Amino acid sequence: MTDFIVSKYNYWIYVLLIMIGFYGMMAKNNLMKKLIGMNIFQWSIILFYISIGSKKGGSVPVVDPSLHPAIRALDYVNPLPHVLMLTAIVVGVATTGIALTLLILIYRKYGTLEEDEILEALKK
Amino acid sequence: MTDSVQPLIAVLAPMIGAALILMTGNKRPNLREFWTLLASVVQFMAVYGMIPQITQGQTLRFTLVPIGKALALELRVDAFGMIFALLASFLWILVSVYSIGYMRNLKEHAQTRFYFCFAMALSGAAGVALSGNLLTLYMFYEILTISTFPLVAHKETPEALRAGRKYLVYLLTGAGFVLFSIAGTYYLTGSLDFVAGGFVSGRGSGEILRIVFAAFIIGFGTKAAIMPLHEWLPSAMVAPTPVSALLHAVAVVKAGVFCCLRVIFYVYGPKTLNDLNLWIILATVVSFTVIVANLYALTQDNLKRRLAFSTVNNLAVIILGASLITFDSVRGALLHLPFHGFMKITLFMCAGSIYVATKKELISEMDGIGRKMPLTMAAFTVAAAGLVGIPPVCGFLSKWFLSLGALQSGEILFLFVFLVSALLDAAYFFPIIFNAFFKTREGNPGRPVREAPFLVSAPLAVTAFLSVLFFAFPDAMLRFYTMGDLVARSLFGGR
Amino acid sequence: MMLHFPALLVVVPLIMSFLIFACGLFERRICFPLTLVTLAACLLFAGGSFWTVLSTGQPVHYHLGAWAPPWGIEYVVDNLNGLVLVALAIVALLAAIYAKTMVEREIPVAKHAPFYALYVLQATGLFGMTVTGDMFNLYVLLEIASFSAYALIGMGEGAAPFAAFRYMIFGTLGACAYLLGVGYLYIITGSLNMADLQQILTPLYQSQVLSVGFAFLLVGTGVKMAYFPVHTWLPDSYTLAPSSVSVLLAPLFTKVGAYVLIRILFTVFDPSFSTTLLPATQVLGWIAVAGILFSSIMALAQSDLKRMLCYLIVTEIGYIGIGVASGNRLGLIGSIFHILNDMFMMAGLFMAAGVIQAHFRTRKTHELTGLHRKMPVTSAVLVIAGLSVIGVPPACGFFSKWYLLLGTIQAGQWFFMGALLLGSLLNAILFFRIFERSYFEARPDDAPHLGKEPGTTFERAAMSELVPMVLTAAFIILLGLFSGYIVEYSIAYAVPKGM
Repeated sequence: MTDFIVSKYNYWIYVLLIMIGFYGMMAKNNLMKKLIGMNIFQWSIILFYISIGSKKGGSVPVVDPSLHPAIRALDYVNPLPHVLMLTAIVVGVATTGIALTLLILIYRKYGTLEEDEILEALKK
Repeated sequence: MTDSVQPLIAVLAPMIGAALILMTGNKRPNLREFWTLLASVVQFMAVYGMIPQITQGQTLRFTLVPIGKALALELRVDAFGMIFALLASFLWILVSVYSIGYMRNLKEHAQTRFYFCFAMALSGAAGVALSGNLLTLYMFYEILTISTFPLVAHKETPEALRAGRKYLVYLLTGAGFVLFSIAGTYYLTGSLDFVAGGFVSGRGSGEILRIVFAAFIIGFGTKAAIMPLHEWLPSAMVAPTPVSALLHAVAVVKAGVFCCLRVIFYVYGPKTLNDLNLWIILATVVSFTVIVANLYALTQDNLKRRLAFSTVNNLAVIILGASLITFDSVRGALLHLPFHGFMKITLFMCAGSIYVATKKELISEMDGIGRKMPLTMAAFTVAAAGLVGIPPVCGFLSKWFLSLGALQSGEILFLFVFLVSALLDAAYFFPIIFNAFFKTREGNPGRPVREAPFLVSAPLAVTAFLSVLFFAFPDAMLRFYTMGDLVARSLFGGR
Repeated sequence: MMLHFPALLVVVPLIMSFLIFACGLFERRICFPLTLVTLAACLLFAGGSFWTVLSTGQPVHYHLGAWAPPWGIEYVVDNLNGLVLVALAIVALLAAIYAKTMVEREIPVAKHAPFYALYVLQATGLFGMTVTGDMFNLYVLLEIASFSAYALIGMGEGAAPFAAFRYMIFGTLGACAYLLGVGYLYIITGSLNMADLQQILTPLYQSQVLSVGFAFLLVGTGVKMAYFPVHTWLPDSYTLAPSSVSVLLAPLFTKVGAYVLIRILFTVFDPSFSTTLLPATQVLGWIAVAGILFSSIMALAQSDLKRMLCYLIVTEIGYIGIGVASGNRLGLIGSIFHILNDMFMMAGLFMAAGVIQAHFRTRKTHELTGLHRKMPVTSAVLVIAGLSVIGVPPACGFFSKWYLLLGTIQAGQWFFMGALLLGSLLNAILFFRIFERSYFEARPDDAPHLGKEPGTTFERAAMSELVPMVLTAAFIILLGLFSGYIVEYSIAYAVPKGM
């Protein structure tokens, strides 16, 4: 049992982070906190991807040209998840940018970032 | 099977007419009315022109659009379709003349919309009559429903709008049942084309076939005003009389009956109905409508409502004749379809004529009107006599065959149903006629009552005259007798 | 040149988006023509690729950067997405033409350049999602489409930024779920290419990781296509969005999501995986039934025309779900055809709603009295699109419903069939209420609210608003009349063999 938890610790961490992010997105009242929750959610998935690419004893995935073609894949960390996650990070940054813009608009309009107060204002 | 463009003309002419009517609008009413008349004449000529080929036993076909495996939107003309097409297109000419007189005399509003929807409805009716498979039938059936909705709600009063909504809910729900049946039929047999004698036999278990048949009858029966799905028809009497006359006595409800008969003869066929024992179930259900509708008619004081229930009765009579699936009952049903159309439209036009001349709608107020409007009431008498089944009006012929057919079916009960129905017919028609001619109205004479204007009275005189003519010469002009005979022979293998 | 069309379909609008923004900083009026040119070019690319597919009978494969799959990213045009691409391009172009006057009315002048840039970026995302053959690339383009949607919606009136923000939270949840699903798939296969995954996954179907990944994929796609019950983001955001934005988003975004669902269920995974190994299609079907009934009833309860149409979108997606859930050839044909039809139907409806809002000055259905007098063309388009939604032949909506119906009968799913028929009836009631209002009850109080504000006169709709609407209505009828050809020559080949 402990082996199950310890050996897969990366998955447990990401699950924990996702839950924190999810909780923030859903349960928090302040829109900014929702945004932060969303960010945590996104970054935890990114961590997950990166963690699955790592290998025990693997090093930076830069190939030494003098070693062609005798490369052993086991020596290098899988670079593909890193590459994918670069893109995902960019996407996350763009989304955060838009979110912040929207928050500014909302704040200008309603003077508050608390969801329940905004809903009250909308009812009128 | 010959390919011909004539069926297309019959369906397209009213549509083009409708477009022209829309474009002409209110600014030039005479031109607009001209389009209506022109379209009706063109449609009739196209249909009439197909008679020689059909009576020789040919079938004419026009494919509109292919759809998928063994499916297409297709027009196919056979004798059965011709009966309905001839009826609808001929009467449209007369009713157009009638409507012009009616609408102008009462200075009705939204006349462009009226004539537009009328033309589209006639296109739909022709499409229903001339469709070659269930899918095409469904398409034109829907077009008919949708184009007649503005006609029912024409007056735009709360009552009219309510009637329109009821109309829609009933008919669209019915369409849902029909769609289920059509999909089921296609799934079971892989085809939707009409075949004399049916094409579903042996394609599914008895249970499945019965369910599909029931759904067909519920769906189409809504439009044919079979009880208890008839409720929309009396409410729809709130529409202007030309609408009631053509659409509800001739085209809309006749389309419903036509579709029921299509299913009975050309999808299921006499043999299948016999094997599944469906014919007696249907006959019993419909007999109930025959009797109860006439009982309801007795209680109505509003003339148009009384006529509406009489229509429900007669439609059920036609379906009853068809469901008895004997040679003569089928022939009787096929004759009653057009003959009833002529007689009932006479009655409705008389009701409208009385309304135009006197603004009266209730029978109790119509005492003595026969002396003031002799032509109208004479036509009324002729048509009513025909519906009861008294010679020399054509109704006698169809009722004769129906009764013969009831005897042939072996169930005496249905003969009694026909007889009781005729008795009740007499019971609610004769008082109207009696009061009109032989009673006088007390109270202030009001304004002097004369016959309605020519455009309104002439058509009803024509249809009344034709009702008598068809008795003596049932094949006159429109060849109804030959067509009916052809259909019956194709179903029963000649006799 | 034609070889590059699949890639150009994404690259050109992407570059033009930035170009439009840059040029717009100097000369605002150039943005709109540039947008039109871009979208017209995309139509050319989409049409050309699809034509190649039709004439050669083989899918078109494009390797980005000449890297061979599965290491490189691949763009594929086949019978499934070829038609979708062409329809996408046509509707996007029509929406852009329509948007011209709307933008001038609704968006502040300083924001025109960014608006058109985002418009084209949104189109990039949609085209990309449809044409890509790589799972992760789909995520990227999905997010591109999504956040340009968030930004576009946020430009609307009133509570639009708030609605956009809530949409963002929800939408990101969905996109991340999709990303997780892709991640799980990557863990066990090491590949991201759709065709490659199809091969590699087959022996792995019993794996639990795969089932969880599959579930994540479905949830993510479901959020994006507004499948019940994760559709809640749709009514608020599309209602409050500017008209020019909703005519682009409403017909297209959710339908591309539906296409992605079909891709995942039937190309990446073998159809038998979703139908027999997991009860996925069953679950999807039952949820779709609930969705259809729920959203039809919600639509009936709305007094705002646009909001009503938003619930209609959810109903239509439900129909597509039922076709997928039938799990047979006919149902899938119905779903694919319905994606096409719905694009045009919703485009027509939302265009009409936008014009009504702009010129008739109302969105309340009970204030539509006398509409046909003032705006006959708009009323006619409403009627045609409405009849198509109800399912009256020869409008296209009937034919997709026909295949869906046959699919449910073949699958023996009577409840699904009942939901289809009942949904049609409820939609009929919905639309005939509107028809009744706009065609009847006119005369003395013709549009009373129009005279309420002093100085408000009725201005006629511009040509650039009417022509796209009329074209959409024409397409609705044409798609119906030619449905036989479309299904026989294209969609029939899109269905995987053995179904």
